[in-house]
Amino acid sequence: MTPPGPGAKEAAGGALAVRVRYFAVLRERKGVDEEQVELLPGETLAALYARLCPAGPEGRLPVAFARNLAYARGDERPQDGDEVSFLPPIGGG
Amino acid sequence: MMLKIVHGPIDVALVRRAVDQPTAGAVLVFEGVGRQDHDGRRVVRLAYEAYAEMAEPVMAEIAAEIGARWPGARVAIVHRTGEVAIGEPSMVIAVSTPHRAECYEASRHAIEALKARLPVWKKEIYEDGSAWKANTPAGRG
Repeated sequence: MTPPGPGAKEAAGGALAVRVRYFAVLRERKGVDEEQVELLPGETLAALYARLCPAGPEGRLPVAFARNLAYARGDERPQDGDEVSFLPPIGGG
Repeated sequence: MMLKIVHGPIDVALVRRAVDQPTAGAVLVFEGVGRQDHDGRRVVRLAYEAYAEMAEPVMAEIAAEIGARWPGARVAIVHRTGEVAIGEPSMVIAVSTPHRAECYEASRHAIEALKARLPVWKKEIYEDGSAWKANTPAGRG
């Protein structure tokens, strides 16, 4: 498990937390555009997504991962204070 | 450089002026505009949503790639959010370069890169519902 970053603060019980942003169809499903979430120990972005957005009968929406305003891999482990997002298929332009 | 998400109509002339430079011999302006028919379903209007804090760094990255690959190129990119009428531009890309060949190449690179990477989402609104629509490979979206 990667150690906490230099800015890490510890909530009660030592839990680390991230700001999760939701957009488009995920924002509609969750009913919020963001939330603060405590991480499970060693939790990856992919695992966090599976926990926060469980698959429905139609399956799980494929997403790209973002961490601190840049694309990230699903196997990355977010750090305390990070901003993360799960990006549905994009449609800009 | 003008690289931004805006909420409201895009001033196309302003985006064009943002790439003025005395060394430019060629300028191209690309506008992505709302299209009425999609898969035979009539689109009444479009709605765009952006992760603006991430979209602007992605625009900057693409502009830097263009500057590195086509030295002397200058780029401006503006994407709007909110509701957009059919025929109105949702995104404007202006590119200026010393010579015309680079201008076409750089402009094409910009639109393809933005379509592939910009964290922006499009909703098509029909008379009887709506749907989020993802980009498809070159020119068939």
